[in-house]
Amino acid sequence: MKRAHNIAVAVLVLIFAASLFAGLIAPAPYASQFRDFVSASASHRFWLGTDDLGRDRWSRLLYGTRISLLLAPAAALLSTLLAVLIGGIAGYAGGWWDRVIARVIDLFLSLPWLFLFLIVRALLPLNTSPLTSVIVTFTVMGLVGWAPAARIIRAGAQSLRHSDLVLHARACGCRGLRLVLVHIAPNLRPVIFAQFWIAIPTFILGEASLGLIGLGVAEPLPSWGNLLRELANPQAVAGNPWVLAPLAVLVIVVSCFQLLLPNKEFSS
Amino acid sequence: MKGVLLIIAITATSLFGQWGGELRFCLRSDPKTFNPLLVEDEASETVRYLTGGVLIRVNRLTQELEPELATSWKISRQGRAIAFQLRRGVAFSDGTPFTADDVAYTVRALMDPALHSPTGDSLRSAPGNVETTVQAPDRITIVFPAPVAGLDRLFDQVAILSSRSPKKEAAVLGPFVLARYTPGTELVLERNSHYWKTEANGRRLPYLDAIHLDIQQNRDIELARFTRGELQLINTIDPEMFSRLSKQEPALVHDAGPSLESEMMWFNQNPAAPLPDYEKAWFRSKNFRRAISAAINRTDICRVVYYGHAQPAVGPISPANRFWFDAALKPHAFSPKDALARLQQDGFRFENSVLRDREGHAVEFSLVTNSGNKSREHIAAMMQQDLVAIGVKLNIVTLDFRSLIERISQSFQYEACLLGLTNYDLDPSSQMNVWLSSASNHQWYPNQKTPATPWEAEIDRLMQAQAATVIPAKRKAYFDKVQEIVSDEAPFLYLVTKNSLSAVSPKLRNVQPAMIRPQTYWNAENLTLAPAQLARNGQ
Repeated sequence: MKRAHNIAVAVLVLIFAASLFAGLIAPAPYASQFRDFVSASASHRFWLGTDDLGRDRWSRLLYGTRISLLLAPAAALLSTLLAVLIGGIAGYAGGWWDRVIARVIDLFLSLPWLFLFLIVRALLPLNTSPLTSVIVTFTVMGLVGWAPAARIIRAGAQSLRHSDLVLHARACGCRGLRLVLVHIAPNLRPVIFAQFWIAIPTFILGEASLGLIGLGVAEPLPSWGNLLRELANPQAVAGNPWVLAPLAVLVIVVSCFQLLLPNKEFSS
Repeated sequence: MKGVLLIIAITATSLFGQWGGELRFCLRSDPKTFNPLLVEDEASETVRYLTGGVLIRVNRLTQELEPELATSWKISRQGRAIAFQLRRGVAFSDGTPFTADDVAYTVRALMDPALHSPTGDSLRSAPGNVETTVQAPDRITIVFPAPVAGLDRLFDQVAILSSRSPKKEAAVLGPFVLARYTPGTELVLERNSHYWKTEANGRRLPYLDAIHLDIQQNRDIELARFTRGELQLINTIDPEMFSRLSKQEPALVHDAGPSLESEMMWFNQNPAAPLPDYEKAWFRSKNFRRAISAAINRTDICRVVYYGHAQPAVGPISPANRFWFDAALKPHAFSPKDALARLQQDGFRFENSVLRDREGHAVEFSLVTNSGNKSREHIAAMMQQDLVAIGVKLNIVTLDFRSLIERISQSFQYEACLLGLTNYDLDPSSQMNVWLSSASNHQWYPNQKTPATPWEAEIDRLMQAQAATVIPAKRKAYFDKVQEIVSDEAPFLYLVTKNSLSAVSPKLRNVQPAMIRPQTYWNAENLTLAPAQLARNGQ
């Protein structure tokens, strides 16, 4: 298990480093169109071929990885923090706090958030740069994506509140913030981490879906989301297996994150 | 003797076509109406075309007018009146005879303001009543309150209704009659046994027994079904699929040349738009608009986005429109050098790869287009790279269609817009709502009280002049001048004219793909299926 953990760390470090130094590694700027080499196959010049505008797919993958690997975890962190705060209060406080927050969570889960994205896109100034646009998109995803995790964290906090561990701590005079920070939070950590890792691919794929309606990463900026749009045409994939590269990187990254998940049971 | 009989049989088959069989192709959506007078959408138009009988038909191949239910016609009173001599012995699909009363009934229904018929709108040139005078069962004169430009051509869209049939719109004069409709699934059109056209030997057309129209939005599924042989044609196919299919089965695809569809962009010149004054000044400058136009590589767009199945666009009229296209005009040439020279005339400076105006503002603007249209997004991305060469930063903004329309027609919160244009009507009078400065579709600055510029005033004058005369040569001269002004002033930057692409099974015979709608089945009564397909259909 330790070996798998180390391999996951090494792979993630490698991918992070490659994306951070994309400017040095990438053979071409991500927006450059080689119009005489449109939809070219993999070659010495274009390692992963070119897309249908003649842009070097390898360069775009490096830059796109940078965007997705930095912003998806940031959005996941934001949504997980909100989930911990809201779900934790509901689970720990109980009573009417719990009932109210549970209804709010249900409401958040039932609302059609797509319309919020449409409104946000409509409200953004037209000359917003692609980078600002993508940061806004991920921030909004982080702000509205906390509800599923909050429900699970609420359940975890509820079960801890009634556990022998907390009963014992209370009997010893432990109260308030100390009880939360020292006894409850550490025991919720596996649940919180799991929710965080689960949120990352969800947000990456969410951004890909938003891209289809023009709300994701704007041209010419690449992201895993808009790179994955090439997979929408199954027949084109059959002739160009290299378009699967972003999917392969996504699977590798998510798998590595899963291997890094702390494998701890609730201590009692 | 057997050999002679065989030769006669083969000759007869090739001369008269193969009878029977069912043709199957797809509609993209359910028809919104079966009333031929209320047709607006493509699916309803398909049903109208295949079932409706018209007095005059535009031959989709030659673009000439041909007699159908009217054997002859004459326009008089400076384009206000049209007299038809009708074909005798024709009956509706339910057997009711066709007479001049039916034409009068159709015209009255069409022009009823309460009906809000889009087809009627194109015939409504001025307020007032339309008079119909039935001189005989086979003669009728229709008088309009004011001259109607291209009057005879407009009757291509008017499917005649029966004034006496209890079946109302279900009684038709076209080659097929609606037999079944399962919403969301399919429509079945069966042969109209009373159809008036016959083969040389007197047998009534059409050759086909039925046409099945499957309702299918997904174009990948449509293509897969076509390649499996379940469909016999795809009326319009996108360039990417066309290219893919042509690699697999080159005999199945047809490129009929330029269509009536084009892509264009324009700058927001509305003085009330919430834009900085310096930007408004850029967009109102002819030199700026022409410079941007010169910096766009249209040939590359045709090659990369449309796989070579498009042409650099010239202007508002496609070369597909043979009569009205001004052959003297050429597309704006790609030349970043000329673009910079024009910009310098307006005081722009190209410094450190950035274009700045006289006051030092870096030239940057956004281009809005509708999301989900891959071709349009690619055109925008290519323009973005092209404009870098002259130091212009272009930001691409894709919006859902409703937001886009709201911006370009109500709030005017946009700088430039990229959209498509499809002319369904060959006659330029149908474009009055675009070219008149007072019109709502005068996109760069709609609803003007008085023309904002001398050249817009001149376009107003020319458009009104062409609509007021019925002499084709005169109308053409007026509209050529409009095209020249538009090309020179560039309120719209026409980018590409798309080719008319279709896919047809070799089992379907007599198909002659045309540039205008309906590209492949415009001669539906003459389409036949090969014997192998008939055997597959179980006949």
